Amino acid sequence: MITMAEGLRLPTNGLDYTILAIYFAVVLGIGFAAKRSVKTSLDFFLSGRSLPAWVTGLAFVAANLGATEILGMAANGAQYGAYTVHWYWIGAIPAMVFLGLVMMPFYYGSKVRSVPEFLLHRFGPSSHLLSSIIFAVSSVLIAGVNLYAMAIVLEALLGWPEWVAIVVAGFFVLAYITIGGLSSAIYNEVLQFFVILAALIPLTIVGLKRVGGWDGLTSSLTDSHGADFLTAWGGTGIGESNPLGANWLTIVLGLGFVMSFGYWTTNFAEVQRALSAKNGSAAKRTPLIAAFPKIFIPLVVVVPGLIALVMEPSLGKTKDGLQYNDAIPVLMRDLLPNGVLGIAVTGLLAAFMAGMAANVSSFNTVFTNDIWAAYLKKGREDAYYLKTGRVVTAVGVLIGMGTAFIASSFSNIMNYLQTLFSFFNVPLFVVFIIGMFWKRTSAAAGFWGLLSGTVAAMVNYFWFYKQGIISIPSDQGANFVSSIVAFVVGAVVMFVITLVTKPKSAESLAGLVYGTTSPGMEELPAEGDDAWYRKPALLGWSAVVLAALCYIPFSF
Amino acid sequence: MSDYQHEVEELERKSATAARLFDVRRIIGGLFVVYGVIVTIAGITASDADLKKAQDININLWTGLGMLALGLFFLAWMKLRPVVAPAPEETGAAAGGTSGSASGTTD
Repeated sequence: MITMAEGLRLPTNGLDYTILAIYFAVVLGIGFAAKRSVKTSLDFFLSGRSLPAWVTGLAFVAANLGATEILGMAANGAQYGAYTVHWYWIGAIPAMVFLGLVMMPFYYGSKVRSVPEFLLHRFGPSSHLLSSIIFAVSSVLIAGVNLYAMAIVLEALLGWPEWVAIVVAGFFVLAYITIGGLSSAIYNEVLQFFVILAALIPLTIVGLKRVGGWDGLTSSLTDSHGADFLTAWGGTGIGESNPLGANWLTIVLGLGFVMSFGYWTTNFAEVQRALSAKNGSAAKRTPLIAAFPKIFIPLVVVVPGLIALVMEPSLGKTKDGLQYNDAIPVLMRDLLPNGVLGIAVTGLLAAFMAGMAANVSSFNTVFTNDIWAAYLKKGREDAYYLKTGRVVTAVGVLIGMGTAFIASSFSNIMNYLQTLFSFFNVPLFVVFIIGMFWKRTSAAAGFWGLLSGTVAAMVNYFWFYKQGIISIPSDQGANFVSSIVAFVVGAVVMFVITLVTKPKSAESLAGLVYGTTSPGMEELPAEGDDAWYRKPALLGWSAVVLAALCYIPFSF
Repeated sequence: MSDYQHEVEELERKSATAARLFDVRRIIGGLFVVYGVIVTIAGITASDADLKKAQDININLWTGLGMLALGLFFLAWMKLRPVVAPAPEETGAAAGGTSGSASGTTD
């Protein structure tokens, strides 16, 4: 995965460390201050389902804005050029809007506490247990990836030994989630969102001035990389070649539909933020509010990647020199004076911790509610599960530290994470979408759809692609294809099995399938929710239109 | 309604988050005011080397003022639209929160 080049040491001084120290103090302070609000397990795992939509919405976008995402997307910008915008405008916005408008009423309205728990009620214990275990394992793995990536970055930038970074950041995450639960994780995410923007916006402004503004940037890159490098769709015809190694069909279907819907609509680390909202309207609006910042994040992440490529044309060219992942650190080193530099280091560290915390806080919920309380120790009093949640949090962080090293054989962090997501999330999405819209879908179909889809993606990736049986030009392209394969195989298996097995009874599906509502679950609209700017449909469709408009400057 | 839904409703009734969790706007506002002041001072006292590094933009000054403004915005918003604590007899489902918004996408 990431290796950091020599000579990236930042010229930090006491001012920068003061800024960093203040942040650590505030992080712990939030944990302790949130402690008094944790009375039940629902407070600990879902903030008592009581947070306002703007808080859950910003946490929703921040949980995805971890440092691996920031460094990885800047790296993709430097490596693939403007194609990287696909991960935002087609690879995130439509799925976030779909989650808010279509799926959230079922998630929130059915009062499930996690994504796997929805499977329990819609399908049954076998698919529930399978998805809970897969989710628990993958979230600990990803927490480990985050921690390891952070250790490498901090070693290169600040000269901290790797173990110091792992112990310090691990300890802070462990402390504030164990003490304050999800409320403390979410509040820290909201704070991290603003700090990372306060770091990236000045970086982009100074960087643009350095390379002669947007015009200077585009003319330098057009000279060195050709005109297609700054377009979103140039060279993506089927059979043509482009740096991404994917054609328009795999981009639209693989990334835009299957992969992004799989990630955004079923990844509990994201959905959990919406489930902690205070009512159905706020839950729907959570991903919709998050969509607007998400549209503009490439401006301060992908653009710096492009700037870094102009400033350091050697980026990614040699094995020992600067790597694509060094794009943002290079800019920090060369452009930011002490002060703003401290903000940038703090923002990066905050983003690492928030990315890891999102995984840990969703892991503890699924492990405690969906594995421990559902199958191992049933029917204890609530205080017991609250205590279990705290212990599981600590254990999860410790295992995360241990699993970090599995990640070391991949060259690009994002490739690694997306490989995992294509294996786990896409089949889950198939099962959800078919189960929500087709009443007849049987319990067995849920389980076998999940299993066959996951296996199909792995077979495609590790056998067909890695062994060279089919030829795909890049890891990214292979991820897109694996997702499509997982989707098709999962869907076909579900369809066939449903036809030969018995459907679930209509009353057991009330509120879980499209067109039904659970009896006694209707919710009166809260005061003020009828304001025009709080209409979910308006918010959602505005985000889709805005994302489509953003493509225009990069399409011709 | 099934058993687990009753259980969640029961927990929502006992939940203390809505009543006892502090307002995040206080933390954002406080931290950004402190950061804003520190970074603005760094901008006022910027050396020639600092300015040269940041392409002759006094980036500390502008970032500091921007952060200060954001911090004050959150403190003012909290002052103008304080969180309404949920009424004691109200059940968990419709617990209180900020009653309005300054930015149009809130609540």
